[in-house]
Amino acid sequence: MWRYCPIAAVAVWLLAVSPASAVKAYVSNEKGNTVSVIDTDTWTVTATIKVGQRPRGIEFTRDGKFVMVAVGDDDTIQIIDSATQQVVDTLPSGPDPELFVQDAAGKVLYVANENDNTVTIIDLEKRARIGDVQVGVEPEGMAVSPDGKILINTSETTSMAHFIDTKTHQIVANVLVDSRPRFAEFKRDGSELWVSSEIGGTVSVIDPAKHVVTGKITFDIPGMRREAIQPVGIGMTRDGKTAFIALGPANRIAVVDGASHQVTKYLLVGQRVWHMAFTPDEKYLLVTNGLSNDVSIIDVAAQKVIKSIQVGELPWGITIAQP
Amino acid sequence: MFRALAGAIGLGLLATHALAADPVEIGVGYLHRAGVKPTLSLVEQPADNNGVAGARLAIEDNNTTGKFLNQHFTLEETRLKDGDDAAMAAVAIADHGIGFILVDLPADALLKVADAVRDRGTVLFDVGSIDDRLREEDCRANVIHAAPTRSMLADGLAQYLVWKQWKRWLLVVGSHQEDKLYADALRRAAARFGAKIVEERVFQDTGGARRTDSGVTQIQRQMPVFTQQAPAYDVLVAADESEVFASYLPYRTWDPRPVAGSAGLTPTSWDAAQDQWGSVQMQNRFFKLNSRHMTALDMQAWTAARMIGEAAARANSHDTKALFDFLKGPDFSVAAFKGQRLTLRDWNLQLRQPILLVDGRMVVSVSPQEGFLHQVSELDTLGVDRPETKCKLH
Repeated sequence: MWRYCPIAAVAVWLLAVSPASAVKAYVSNEKGNTVSVIDTDTWTVTATIKVGQRPRGIEFTRDGKFVMVAVGDDDTIQIIDSATQQVVDTLPSGPDPELFVQDAAGKVLYVANENDNTVTIIDLEKRARIGDVQVGVEPEGMAVSPDGKILINTSETTSMAHFIDTKTHQIVANVLVDSRPRFAEFKRDGSELWVSSEIGGTVSVIDPAKHVVTGKITFDIPGMRREAIQPVGIGMTRDGKTAFIALGPANRIAVVDGASHQVTKYLLVGQRVWHMAFTPDEKYLLVTNGLSNDVSIIDVAAQKVIKSIQVGELPWGITIAQP
Repeated sequence: MFRALAGAIGLGLLATHALAADPVEIGVGYLHRAGVKPTLSLVEQPADNNGVAGARLAIEDNNTTGKFLNQHFTLEETRLKDGDDAAMAAVAIADHGIGFILVDLPADALLKVADAVRDRGTVLFDVGSIDDRLREEDCRANVIHAAPTRSMLADGLAQYLVWKQWKRWLLVVGSHQEDKLYADALRRAAARFGAKIVEERVFQDTGGARRTDSGVTQIQRQMPVFTQQAPAYDVLVAADESEVFASYLPYRTWDPRPVAGSAGLTPTSWDAAQDQWGSVQMQNRFFKLNSRHMTALDMQAWTAARMIGEAAARANSHDTKALFDFLKGPDFSVAAFKGQRLTLRDWNLQLRQPILLVDGRMVVSVSPQEGFLHQVSELDTLGVDRPETKCKLH
């Protein structure tokens, strides 16, 4: 079952072309039922797109032409044409989609369906559902390993990271992490998988080959009660040297050394900070602040918050087209 | 297909041990009394499976997780009829090899059960009784309390009323024992958080049916009269666990004032309207399984059964003592859709939990309120704290 052809995936990955126009960030506003479009040159909101109910997970397609947004209460994923900024299509996602991830080629989409404990697999070209995987209670976080062989799904009430073979769609391992795992992120070299546990208050570092937790990142903010520290979104620089972890109602981003797994700094951002995305040059990191209805801009090199931009109601997810 | 499956199982061994072997069985008992007490409001009349339905959902959730850990959970319900002895029933459950029993019984019966199974190592989860004495002078080392206490509920309400600057309370107390206990908790809460009870009135239960064909006409005249000539107050707080009068108060007080306590703004561990922190998924799962909304008792039972599942997953064991040790240890916490982890107070095995304030349609607020601080956990601003406890386990 490990016989697999990674060449094709890599080839298509290399063919993907970055869009020439100004870099735009798309932010899903969970309560506003809108997507805000931010111009990353001027740091202004240039458009607000009406979408379905309860938009959360949001991703550019690999070709940068479309933005997919999971509208959970409408049980579908809508597709926004980034040229016209209109909703042009929907995907058969299964009930209550929240987060999703695509393979490197941008051909297959994996969707976490919170309501029926499944991961739905969608063929993006045919826009058709091609399979389901039964996972734990309340699937949420999704990630594909850099070699494309393994899909990670985290289930919130089960508190596990499920390792799913992308070829056979079978679960090959389950790793127990702390309570309510929300987000999963691989290091680009595939050496580590990080999983944030919102209620547990930790980020587990997992060896993806051995399927074991090798370390836990913990957070300690003076004057902040432990229960308020709820790690959710994770962003890692391409070189794997620096990671940023959103701490939810602690209103802070933790800056973590990628090698030592130690927190080096806490950056104060808006209220209930949730997800994040880097600009393609990795100069800036944009984070969504749910309760203050804004997006904070972090200068990555300086590790400083330089600006905040007002968006719609309860900003949740964010995506920026990557080259 | 078969080869792929075999391969998957082979690899699974690396992380989750012997998937191929028979799963280990973890039995959970549920002990309660048949019949429900009548409520003033017809829509609040509990279902026959109130409580046990929540336990059933948690067992399903545990089994979804258990699939990956080779653990299987079962629920064995015992419904006592009039005259049945609770302690004997509990011993019978324990004799079946069941190590954990969820108990929804009044305090005295719960204590008898606890003492009857003490030497068998059975662990009880109090899911239904809010009596503080079970966590204080009458605490037992083999009882974990998933239900909040009366004082936690009263404190949760008081914090909000004080935050709202509704500090002058007219306290109306029913004439039954539980009503008086609730009034005690409310008085204590008022003193702790700086509210003032401007006057107390007792509403005597003179008997009579809770439902009559022409009831509303009389009530509309009785309630204003009962509440007139009160000193200036901000909110009427009613202590009526016996369901005799509180639900008649909103919109009928002499002075136009909000009602809280046993009617109006009510403190509770759960409500069908709760939709924050991912609860919608659980509300949906519950509705799908039971074709009705989830109550506080359902949630308390769900939480208790999930605590067992959580301990079994974390301790990777099915041994009652190992799981009980884990539950009492520093690493235990459970996620229960309340926005933060819930942990046990090690001095009396009470589950710390936020208290929802609901109006029957919406969750109005969740306590602890901002600004009520504590050196250990803000959840310990609710209820009796360690320095005040009368509990001595063992």
